[in-house]
Amino acid sequence: MAGGRRKKNFLRKLYSFSCGKASLDEDHSQIGGPGFSRIAFANDPDCFEATNLGYPANYVSTTKYSLATFFPKALFEQFRRVANIYFLVTGCLSFTPLAPYSAVSAILPLIIVIGVTMAKEAVEDWRRYQQDNEMNNRKVKVHRGNATFDNTEWKNLRVGDIVKVEKDNFFPADLLLLSSSYEDAICYVETMNLDGETNLKLKQSLEVTSNLQDDSSFRHFKAVVRCEDPNANLYTFVGSLEYQDQQYPLSPQQLLLRDSKLRNTDYVYGVVIFTGHDTKVMQNATNPPSKRSKIERKMDKIIYFLLFSLVLISTVGSIFFGIATDDDIENHRMKRWYLRPDDTTIFYKPSEAVVAALLHFLTAMMLYGYFIPISLYVSIEIVKVLQTIFINNDHEMYHEESDKPAHARTSNLNEELGQVDTILSDKTGTLTCNSMEFIKCSIAGTAYGRGVTEVEKAMARRKGSPLLYEPDVEEEGHRDNNKPAVKGFNFTDNRVMNGNWVNEPHADIIQKFFRLLAICHTAIPETDDESGKISYEAESPDEAAFVIAASELGFQFYQRTQTNISIQELDPLSGKTVERSYRLLNILEFNSTRKRMSVIVRDEEGKLLLLSKGADNVMFERLAKDGRKFEDKTKEHMHNYADAGLRTLVLAYRELDEDEYAVFNEKFTEAKNSVSADRDEKVEEAADSIERDLILLGATAVEDKLQNGVPECIDKLAQAGIKIWVLTGDKMETAINIGFACSLLRQGMKQIIITLESPEIKLLEKDGNKDAIFKASKESVIHQITEGRKMTSSSDTQSFALIIDGKSLAYALEDNVKNLFLQLAVTCASVICCRSSPKQKALVTRLVKEGTGKVTLGIGDGANDVGMLQEADIGIGISGVEGMQAVMSSDVAIAQFRFLERLLLVHGHWCYRRIASMICYFFYKNIVFGVTLFIYEAYTSFSGTPLYNDWFLSVYNVFFTSLPAIALGVFDQDVSARLCRKFPLLYQEGVQNMLFSWTRIIGWMFNGVCNAVTIFFFCAAALQHQAFRKGGEVVSRDILAGTVYTCVVWVVNCQMALSVSYFTLIQHIFIWGSIALWYLFLVIYGAITPSFSTDAYMLFVEALAPAASYWIVTLFVVLATLIPYFSYAAIQMRFFPMYHNMIQWIRFEGKADDPEYCQVVRQRSVRPTTVGVSARIDARVSQINSRVHHAVQT
Amino acid sequence: MEMEPGSSSGSSGGSQPHSVPSRRSRAFYRFTQQNLPACKPALTPGLVIITFLLLGIICVPVGLVCLHASRSVVEIVDRYDIECIPEQYQSNKVSYIKDSMISKDCKRDLKVQSHMKAPIYIYYELENYYQNHRRYVKSRSDKQLLHGLKYRDTSLCKPQETSNGLPIVPCGLIAWSLFNDTYSFVRGTTAMNISRKNIAWKSDQDHKYGKHVYPFNSQNGSFIGGGKLDPNTPLSDQEDLIVWMRTAALPKFRKLYGRIKEDLNAGEVITVHLVNNYNTYSFGGKKKLVFTTSSWLGGKNDFLGLAYAATGFSFILVAILFALIHVKNPRPHGDAILSSWNRKTSAR
Repeated sequence: MAGGRRKKNFLRKLYSFSCGKASLDEDHSQIGGPGFSRIAFANDPDCFEATNLGYPANYVSTTKYSLATFFPKALFEQFRRVANIYFLVTGCLSFTPLAPYSAVSAILPLIIVIGVTMAKEAVEDWRRYQQDNEMNNRKVKVHRGNATFDNTEWKNLRVGDIVKVEKDNFFPADLLLLSSSYEDAICYVETMNLDGETNLKLKQSLEVTSNLQDDSSFRHFKAVVRCEDPNANLYTFVGSLEYQDQQYPLSPQQLLLRDSKLRNTDYVYGVVIFTGHDTKVMQNATNPPSKRSKIERKMDKIIYFLLFSLVLISTVGSIFFGIATDDDIENHRMKRWYLRPDDTTIFYKPSEAVVAALLHFLTAMMLYGYFIPISLYVSIEIVKVLQTIFINNDHEMYHEESDKPAHARTSNLNEELGQVDTILSDKTGTLTCNSMEFIKCSIAGTAYGRGVTEVEKAMARRKGSPLLYEPDVEEEGHRDNNKPAVKGFNFTDNRVMNGNWVNEPHADIIQKFFRLLAICHTAIPETDDESGKISYEAESPDEAAFVIAASELGFQFYQRTQTNISIQELDPLSGKTVERSYRLLNILEFNSTRKRMSVIVRDEEGKLLLLSKGADNVMFERLAKDGRKFEDKTKEHMHNYADAGLRTLVLAYRELDEDEYAVFNEKFTEAKNSVSADRDEKVEEAADSIERDLILLGATAVEDKLQNGVPECIDKLAQAGIKIWVLTGDKMETAINIGFACSLLRQGMKQIIITLESPEIKLLEKDGNKDAIFKASKESVIHQITEGRKMTSSSDTQSFALIIDGKSLAYALEDNVKNLFLQLAVTCASVICCRSSPKQKALVTRLVKEGTGKVTLGIGDGANDVGMLQEADIGIGISGVEGMQAVMSSDVAIAQFRFLERLLLVHGHWCYRRIASMICYFFYKNIVFGVTLFIYEAYTSFSGTPLYNDWFLSVYNVFFTSLPAIALGVFDQDVSARLCRKFPLLYQEGVQNMLFSWTRIIGWMFNGVCNAVTIFFFCAAALQHQAFRKGGEVVSRDILAGTVYTCVVWVVNCQMALSVSYFTLIQHIFIWGSIALWYLFLVIYGAITPSFSTDAYMLFVEALAPAASYWIVTLFVVLATLIPYFSYAAIQMRFFPMYHNMIQWIRFEGKADDPEYCQVVRQRSVRPTTVGVSARIDARVSQINSRVHHAVQT
Repeated sequence: MEMEPGSSSGSSGGSQPHSVPSRRSRAFYRFTQQNLPACKPALTPGLVIITFLLLGIICVPVGLVCLHASRSVVEIVDRYDIECIPEQYQSNKVSYIKDSMISKDCKRDLKVQSHMKAPIYIYYELENYYQNHRRYVKSRSDKQLLHGLKYRDTSLCKPQETSNGLPIVPCGLIAWSLFNDTYSFVRGTTAMNISRKNIAWKSDQDHKYGKHVYPFNSQNGSFIGGGKLDPNTPLSDQEDLIVWMRTAALPKFRKLYGRIKEDLNAGEVITVHLVNNYNTYSFGGKKKLVFTTSSWLGGKNDFLGLAYAATGFSFILVAILFALIHVKNPRPHGDAILSSWNRKTSAR
């Protein structure tokens, strides 16, 4: 429940960041009431009232446990697992006379297993503690009275303290901004840690406190802040400041949040309002939803299955025991007199055989408990952590430029990486670099810019050759050399560069165009003191690209103050660079409904200019009649740009006359200063009134560059049979173009486009009848989906791509339509959802996850992808430019999209295979062990005598069999990394779950039962009752046990050796070492005094080792037990190879390095990603499964 | 098998030049990149055929040798529990064996079929006797066996813990039910000398049974189980007891009774004078007396030899079969891709 609530908060956080300002008065009336009771005595944290409030200190702890709670809490966690509870119960029962073995030997393995897991928890928590410690001990300057500011640790801050935070430092708590180094008390804040946005946010203090600009002004400062209680909402804040007996309302504009960073401001003063866990960021901290892999969920089912079979065989044993016990006294005469059935406890009482049988049931449950691998959970955890280390250390997933390795943040999803069926990908920042490059522009109807975009290249390739695109090394190198010297600028055109624009026909318009680029923005220049170079902090990479382009073309923006923008520009008349300063009057900000931004400036000549840039649809309708001179040409160019996958903006300007401006300014200022609910609307209305009658200058085109290797990666993933959906906020045309560029769409694919841009709907929209629009839209969407379904079902050779826009998606995701939509979508090879909101992304993810039941993977880099990442089975965060939000909520973080290929095809496949084999093996080895115990019972009239010595029993799982299994889980590779990537289809083994299907699991179990039967009966038959060695000694219970146990250890480890396909030294050491350890154990344990070793005393040295038959029996039993599996494997490899077997063949035949041969194999193994693939695969899988099943049964 | 020393990323690394940090040793780097030199066994027909052939070639001779060893053992088994009961008691064997007034003496003649070389082992064999029953197995006190009366906690031994208020040494069901048939042997006319010493495991004698622990109060209860122990011999020298106390694994078992240190010739008749004390009748057990020689492999048991030989031959057969299939239906290079799912997809 709590998770659900928190998530809601979280989503709200994603959407609501622009709506914080509204309805101030309403909220302010609540101050002091419930929910708004917080009081902070600024600069007086020690006063009586303040200390009475009992607000927590600024100490932050994110640890799960404390010293006192560690044991109870961690133990509780452990015993939430069914298997562990079972072992605890049997452990407790082992202290009763019911126990077939000694209590210590039963409890010790459990203690070891639980101990190891708890130690792991403790270490993880210790790390968290150290991180906290680092954070808590950071230093900040705090007012100590008498206008002195001292350094103190963060943890010592109290509510009401005045702190001084300097440039580039984090805020230690939630602060109320009092003043800053700027006169108007503004400061710039980077909130990357909070919302992942890299742009700077502007905060401004109340005017009354803005004059407290130096340390001394705080000597006698006193104020009281009353505000809302701690809550998780990052974008709201309601409070009031009582200062000099006056009340001033506070808004989020004055709140500096913990974990955000002060930028571009020398220092600020602030009052601590929320500390420690009360801060908004801590209130927001949620544990990512804990995800469990499908394999682990299935494993639980297997454990239940084993528990069931445990109960079953215990029942069988108990029934036989009851019959045998009942039979011991017949007609008042003892039969097996040597058991004294006449004088016995309830456990063996013939007269109450039923009770005895029931009690025996408990004994049997304990004895056969070895069916359930006690060390499985802990082994899996160890293995996964080690696998994670391998993933983190993979050099080929290390991004050198950003110095970022892959980082698996949760280890429990490793194997899920090998089973991904659908990838849901963000576009910007994920497929593309999110670095915008100014590449083309159209000025006054003339297109400039000779750069070639990635999309154009891809299109050229597409038209040029129908073959698969192979990365051309030479071309790569060529491109690297030509890399633009300036990041964000890839424009080459001699007509306008180097000042040549003065000779162009419309030089004046070109000048205005570039000037607009240099002025109309909200970027902040940062001059590097040493080199004098200027870099820009901008709200979006697009904007940065514009400023950089302007600067490269000779209009360098170099200084911004509150009121002025200064640029250096080329004067066309004198041909010299002059400095010009523009007085900044108003900024009409960008938002997604306006889709444009404007500035109003006064130039040095005193002219008033409105400079505006925005999306084409809003801009063209705002042009003046005489401003449309180049409209047609510009539109044509923009169409071409969109085709080439570029983002376009229209630039226009207008001269204002003084009167008009005065009217506007009054209206605008009033709107801005109003505190009513409709403030935003008023501001917008005012802006709308002035942004009219513009004169078109031209259009810009910015390329959102594809990341390196994205098309190749997508191609590989598609070959691997993974479906890729792109969920983007971009326009449909751009999305389609990017789709082509990254080979998501291929020529020859049939595109099904679902959109509401039809004329009928548009007509309805003009009428404004909401109900009618809704109805018609929905009908239209359903109609389009059904049409699509018809198309896809009518042809099974054609491949389809589905493209849907956000508006239609909203209807398609409604409850009664979504299944229809999903059915259509899964039959399409690729799906692109454009114009989708973060919430829609999450909903689509959920739809796919729940609708198909397959594993989904979400990949994204921005805060808007968080919902998707958390919703998907696996969330992958790109640790790129857009901050940490996505990474923090992801399961694995990688630096580049292209690493996904290696992560899935290599690591995912390996991890899946390893975990699947390891789990099967664990069940197998325990079944071998358990079944030998059970068979022996049949020879003891099911009385519950364990075949083996107590300690033999308890160390089996821990010493002799676990390490090789762990080595398998960590190191095994069926196919090398190179071949994994060469034959992507191999990945389907995971998607189809072929290695962990029920037939395979049951097959392994069946193998275990067979092995146990062979081992036991062969040993028993070979040793029987006659002398087993030269000296005439016969086989006693301990000797049979020793021999059977030896055979079990050998068989189980050799079985491992047979199933391992990658033998490193480590495997050798573990496998053969485990066997050697058994002999060592026999010797050492046998040398301990007999009161401890009981019947194992001197067993090996005296009895077993000198007997030739012991060794000969071992050899024979091991051979005879393993040969069936070996034959099965050989036959399968030869006649029914699975895909990895075939690749092993290829490698074995030495053809892996023969490029021509591999090309042939690969091309044959590349399946066209068409409709109906899944149906065919299903058919094939069931076929293979039935074959395996058949082979196992015979 | 094929050794492929870390070739896996050798060529794929070409596109991404990674500089190996110098401080890491090469081996550690390869470890972290999961690229250790490794042997990657593949079950190719060649390997399979060779393995089977090799195993067959090893198994068959081993089997023959074992078989020979087992066949060289001469064994005489005589079941006497039925014959040793007089006619009139045949219908009620239990009352016969329980009646201590009736003489239990019995005489059996054993004919030696072929020459038996010393040492000849004498066993008694019991069948359907659950020495491995949990109640029975646990009903002993190892500490008391070692320390005698000094060790008082003998609760495990119930119900043979005390008798008439006094502790029993050795306590427990196993000791209480000690086998007590006795045998003496006459060869022709002279009594044969059989050695009853060194029939128990040395470690048991030395470390599990006290040298100064004497039987006490045993078989004094109302219900006598099996054999009585000589109260004047320390437990460590009571080898019959020690042999008996090492419980058998299966319900049919033999226990060593003694050794004959002289050869027996074919055709000789050994007369056994036995006292048939032990009650196997109430639970339908069998009693046998066994004379046997031993080989390096132990007693007479053809199983191991036959099993080895049989599996060895079948290995060779499988190898030939596999080879035939392989020759008849060779798998040409590159044919790998035509099998399994590619065939289906390309035939689409």
